[in-house]
Parts: sequence; C-alpha cells; structure tokens
Amino acid sequence: MDRKLALGICFIFGVIMFAQYFSQHPMARVVNQAVLEYWQIIFAFTLLVGVASFMKSSFRKMRKPSDRPYQILGLLGLISMPVLALVWGIKAGTPFMWMFENVQAPMQATVFSLLAFFVASASFRGFRARSLQAAILLGAASIILLSRSSLGGIVSDYLPPVAEWIRNNPSMAARRAILIGIGLGSLTTSLRVILGIERTWLGGSQR
Amino acid sequence: MVGQFILAAAGEPGWFDIDKLPVFIISLVSIAIVLYTTFHRKSREKYQVREIAGLKAVEEAIGRATEMARPVLFTPGWGGDIQRPTTIASMNFLSHVAEKTALYDSRLVYPTHDPVIMTVAQEVIKESYARAGFPDRYRDDDVSYVTSSQFGYAAAVDGLISRQKPASIFLLGTFEAESLILAETGNSVGAIQIAGTDSTIQLSFFIVACDYTLIGEELFAASGYLSDDKSILASVRAQDILKVLIILYLIVAVVWSTIAAMNGGTTDGWWSF
Repeated sequence: MDRKLALGICFIFGVIMFAQYFSQHPMARVVNQAVLEYWQIIFAFTLLVGVASFMKSSFRKMRKPSDRPYQILGLLGLISMPVLALVWGIKAGTPFMWMFENVQAPMQATVFSLLAFFVASASFRGFRARSLQAAILLGAASIILLSRSSLGGIVSDYLPPVAEWIRNNPSMAARRAILIGIGLGSLTTSLRVILGIERTWLGGSQR
Repeated sequence: MVGQFILAAAGEPGWFDIDKLPVFIISLVSIAIVLYTTFHRKSREKYQVREIAGLKAVEEAIGRATEMARPVLFTPGWGGDIQRPTTIASMNFLSHVAEKTALYDSRLVYPTHDPVIMTVAQEVIKESYARAGFPDRYRDDDVSYVTSSQFGYAAAVDGLISRQKPASIFLLGTFEAESLILAETGNSVGAIQIAGTDSTIQLSFFIVACDYTLIGEELFAASGYLSDDKSILASVRAQDILKVLIILYLIVAVVWSTIAAMNGGTTDGWWSF
C-alpha cells in the first residue's frame, strides 16, 4: 500500500510538471512555484535527517582511535557554526562570519587547489601515445594547450585557427552526440519512474 | 468552447504556449515510442545489447575487493539530487553492486552530500542485501551523509579513500569539479575505478583517471543490462529508435538548409526551434 501511494504521487506530480512546462497560464506558474517551494521545505527537513546520520556515524567511528581526531573536528564544526550564528548572528564582523571567512573558505579553496595538481598527474597518464587513438588525443591536446598559451602565436600563425577548428568541429560533434544520448537516457529513465516501471528509488525491485 | 472561454479569461495567456508546440509534438512522439517498446509484447522479446566493458567489470571489481579484504566505495557525486535521472540510474547500479557485495560479504561504503539520496540509498542497499539472502550483513553506518558543501564533500570522500583504501570505487552520478579530485585519489590508492556521469566536461577527466567509464547513455542502459529486466531493456531500444529518428532529422535539415543557402535563402527554417 505504501509503495502504491508513493507511485501514485510520483505519477500525478510527474504528469503535472510535464503539463505545466507547456503552459504560460498564471495557474501553471503558480503550480510550478508551489511545487518548487514545497521541495525546498521538504529538503530543509531532510537536512535534519542528514545531521542526525552524521552525528550517529561520527560517534560510532570515534571508537576507532585513528579516526577519533577527524570525528571530533567534524562534530565541533557541526555544533559550533549554528551556535555562533544563533548567538551572535551572521552579519559581517560576527564570530560566525569570521569562522566562515578564515576557516571554512580557505579550507574549501585548499581542496579546490588540489585540482591543479591532479589535472597535471592525470594529463601525464592520459597523454601517453600507447595507441593510435591515444596519439590523436595527444596531438589534439598539444595543439589546444599551445594555442591557449602565449606560445601559440609564436610557434605558428596557423595554430590558433587549427585549435579553434578542433574545438568547434570534432570536439563539439562528439560532445553533442554524447549529449543527445544523455538526453534520451534521461527521457526514458524519467518516463520509467513516472509510469512506475522503475521502482529502485523506492528501495524495491523493478516489478 | 471551453478553449475559447479560457483564452478570453481576463486577457491572460492561454493554457497552451503555442511556441512550445514543436517540443510538445516531439515529446509525445518520444513518449509513444517508449511506451510502445515497453508494453508491446514483441518489442519486449530478448534482443542483443552490445557489450559494455564497464558493466562487465563490475563483478571483477567486487571480487577484487573481497579477495583483498578491502571495502567497495560507491558515491553519486556532488552535482545531483534525487530528482535527476542520473541519480536514479546510479541507484539502479547501486542495487546491483549491493547485491554482489552482500553475496561476497564485502563491505560497501556510500558517502553522499544529500540527505534524501542517503535515505533512498539506505533503502536500496537494505533491500538488495535482503534479496541476496543476507540482511544481517547490512551496516547502517556505511551509508552516510557527509556535508552539502562541494569541497567539504570532496575532502570527506578523499579522506575515506585515503584511510580505508577501498579496492574498488564506483563514481556514478552527477559530478562537478570534485570528479578529478576523487578519481585521482582513488587511482593513488590503487583502486579499480568504474565511473559514469552526465557531465561531458567531467567525462573527460574520468576517461583519463578511471579504469572504465560509462559514456553518456551507457549509464542509463546499465540498470537494464545488469538486471536483465525486459521492460528496462525495451526502453533502451526506444532510445535507439529515437536516435535513428534524430539522425534522419539532422540529415534532412542539413540538406534542406544547404539547398536553401545555395538558392540565396535563409539558413533558418522549420528545422530550427
């Protein structure tokens, strides 16, 4: 019964959201806005589930001495930020903003900066000419890299237009082919969910 | 009469946006093809699905984790939520992986950035363990919410990979800038990695850093391929039919547009909407 109810709700809202896309009537806009607002409200409540799961998992993992410092730090962050926000607010100059600007933002920037090193190590592995396809990839990548650097124009005047051609023709054609496949895959998956053929999201088997 | 009444109502726009008519017609045709292939008996009969290397490697990846007594890590990426078809496709994949890890008594770790995805994943894994006949092997703690922050999530999953050294990593879902951070960390611990996403930018990173990458529609076809469910396989066939129609449309549009341009006409016409 629970599953039938969930499947019924999914079908009704799937059809409504599909239909409202094709309408400019104020009623359709109101329905769309209401559904999006309800989604936000539901998501806010599910965050509580996430926080509870994080705390439960952290307390259990604390039993392992090697994991303990990470779990304590994680829990301290989880508790301190809302407390600081509730007591002193979130305006500029408050402890919450100080923590955000001097702890959270630099930590996020640090993780993001790792990307530069990972791009270099992945490129080193990926651009080895072990086969014809890999050699073509290496050639195309070299042309694009050279054209994007200040060396591009110095090496040859033909390099920038050749790089542009690679980007706009073979690369774009392949990208669009993949995007068409993804679009069709999304369409059939959505239809399977709306029609109740696909039930894995309910935790159950297909049929 | 009802339509006239609606159109006349206070000068408001009509119920149907005529500018979206071509999209509406194409949507209806697509839906009709999917429904036909799914529910028509002959269309559901078994037909050949080409071999997808990434899917053939699933068994090998889980077997490797069992032999090495290390966990299997599955994460859906930071970019998506449960509404996204990619996340649904990744759940189908997860269901299959969880069934195998239950059978082989291998640990499955699932960190995520979204509490809704976490709840759904818990149900999917629990059900898969029960289906495999080992509900007692399911560990609630291994399916956890880490954070909603993008690089916080990347750092948390990176930490998990570095400390627990999983033998196999499944990166299937919607990934953004964290894709390469996770894939390279997985590579550094020597894990066998199977990845798939709907982001064409991140696909290039996965192709370079992972052992197997599901490109584009392969991720969506995976659930049918792995479960051998005929109704899902039938919708894969619908995708192929639609693809052929799109190719035909493109050929006709290119020829028509070229002839129009040669005769001094505009390159814009019925084909652009």
